[in-house]
Amino acid sequence: MSTPYQIVVCGSIVPDPLQTLEPVAGPAGPALKNEMMLPAVLDPWAWHALFEAAHLAKGAPGSKVWLVSIAPKAKLQQVMMTVAQKAPFELVAVDGPSSGFTEAAEAAAILADAIKAIPGLDMKKLLVFGGWESASRGAGATMQIIGERLGITDQFQGVDKLTVAADGSLEILERIEGGKHQVSKCAGAPAVLGWATGNLPDPPNNPQTGMMNMRTIMPALQRAKPAKLAAEGVKFVSVTQPSQRRGTKIVKDTSPDEIAKEIVSWITGE
Amino acid sequence: METILVLAHTETDGSLAKPALEALAAAKSLGGTLVAGLVGDNVQTAANCIAGWGAAKFLAVTGADFAHPRYATDAAAAEAIAKAAGATVIVAPATSRWNRVLSGVAHRLGGRADTHVTAIAAAGGAISVNRWYYRQRMEAVIQRAQRPWVIALDPGCVPAWQGDAGTAAVENVAVTLADAQKRTAVTGLKAPAADQQTIRPDAAMLLVAGAGWTKKQADGQTHVPDAEKLILGFLKLTQASLGGSKSLVDLGGEGQAVLSFMTHLHQIGQTGSTPRHQKGLSTCCHGEEPHTVGWRFVNERRAISLDPNCGWARGKANVLYVADAFAVMAKVNELLAPKKA
Ligand SMILES: Cc1cc2nc3c(=O)[nH]c(=O)nc-3n(C[C@H](O)[C@H](O)[C@H](O)COP(=O)(O)OP(=O)(O)OC[C@H]3O[C@@H](n4cnc5c(N)ncnc54)[C@H](O)[C@@H]3O)c2cc1C
Repeated sequence: MSTPYQIVVCGSIVPDPLQTLEPVAGPAGPALKNEMMLPAVLDPWAWHALFEAAHLAKGAPGSKVWLVSIAPKAKLQQVMMTVAQKAPFELVAVDGPSSGFTEAAEAAAILADAIKAIPGLDMKKLLVFGGWESASRGAGATMQIIGERLGITDQFQGVDKLTVAADGSLEILERIEGGKHQVSKCAGAPAVLGWATGNLPDPPNNPQTGMMNMRTIMPALQRAKPAKLAAEGVKFVSVTQPSQRRGTKIVKDTSPDEIAKEIVSWITGE
Repeated sequence: METILVLAHTETDGSLAKPALEALAAAKSLGGTLVAGLVGDNVQTAANCIAGWGAAKFLAVTGADFAHPRYATDAAAAEAIAKAAGATVIVAPATSRWNRVLSGVAHRLGGRADTHVTAIAAAGGAISVNRWYYRQRMEAVIQRAQRPWVIALDPGCVPAWQGDAGTAAVENVAVTLADAQKRTAVTGLKAPAADQQTIRPDAAMLLVAGAGWTKKQADGQTHVPDAEKLILGFLKLTQASLGGSKSLVDLGGEGQAVLSFMTHLHQIGQTGSTPRHQKGLSTCCHGEEPHTVGWRFVNERRAISLDPNCGWARGKANVLYVADAFAVMAKVNELLAPKKA
């Protein structure tokens, strides 16, 4: 018999990766130019984590997935319109900044409290999922600190695969250096998994799932409490964009032979 | 004055890898009291190799329980060493092993961690670190009030420490493990066979393949087997590392024609990796401008694309060849083959 899990996915929103970003100095430290105007998406690696969670829950009847997110509530609502159609989950929302310039440790404290407040939380069934890094802060710190705050010391980062064995143990593949995976066996929940890309393609939109999710998403957004999230103790001396554009030499109307010769001499330095 | 601890783990052969030596060099440049902290099955050989580094103390947590990367035991070891050292600043190489635990360790110590740091400097009594935000799209220099301050330095950012070996007096720091810390066991590694491994972080050259390799060509057909042969041939001849665009590595999941050796581990860019190589050649990529962060840490860049407006090239590459990559790469391989022989 499969074990039912309580899978909590932590993920915020980030500017759509296709947007050009520019840092500006705000009253509370660095920010992005027109931050509130930029279209947002669910943080890509948390997005993968959510699909993996839904997939795992589907295979273990009685399981449930939560998505816990600190983000400006109006923007989160927009992003939920898309995300809600992808997988069944219950949203736990905290109204706060989603800026990359805030502290992972502060975000982790808020998220851990939000997880602890989930009614009926059972540590023996708990798997805390998230992205191994965010596309904003890119630190890979938040999930570890959430784990510490929840007392979970079976933690995995850069996860590409999770398999549950018949005895309930978890086999986990984590990315390590040089295009390899480390394989670990963990006795079972509770565990923290920071996902890399995983194995699953983006699920198709399912309007029915969307409708079901929205029933709990809207009240969750209304309930979302404001949270203070900054970067206490950090002094940003500077935030700059690498501005140097390269003067690209364009070679066209040249034969493949000529081009190949030039490339080979560049590669070999001859 | 800061007490600066360098935390390093040994490799399976008991040595210290290059990123650890880079962390030693970076820490030494800061001034302050230096302490070396080592974790591994047996660390004496490693400690002896860095005997001349200038450590006031060598602290270690050793034993079979600490041989493999595992959160519970690595975190316990790092925490114990940091406490024994009375460290205010902890510099560690940002290896997958340390990246997994250091932020958790900073939390236990009541401090803070900064990861993926690309430079560390001390001036006027203050330490500053550089790190990138929004997936390598902007770089910040930051200072911190909190201590201990854990700094994970990305590999390849500073020259490795070089110095005299000797005999180091290593003090063991005792860590008693509970059963709960051994619920996870590392059972092995999974990797393609050595001659099939196309991700080579130490290579001088990066070849980036885009989805164009799998698209219909001028004759209205796809030529995936030819593309595979050309790419693998080039990698074999140059020992370059292979990277792929998101579109290309995603094709597999979408059931389309794929290059059989391409996995998500190859993906570079905003939601992939940003590897460090001296030279980079992108082929059949289009990629909108923000995704060219895959190039961020590649010094000399060239691109081959049929599209003269390729986002990987305009303003990003030093040279763009507007040409058919199939024809060019076939010729490149032909010219390289005798050189290799
Ligand atoms: C959330 C999100 C995250 C993303 N993250 C990443 C990321 O991390 N990395 C990334 O790369 N992308 C990322 N992208 C995708 C990115 O926007 C582009 O879609 C993608 O990089 C384009 O892939 P491509 O260049 O391989 O393919 P295409 O856009 O398909 O371009 C193929 C190119 O090949 C050329 N071509 C075809 N045949 C030949 C030939 N014979 N010779 C020469 N040229 C030829 C064509 O002219 C064309 O320019 C992301 C997108 C999103 C939405």
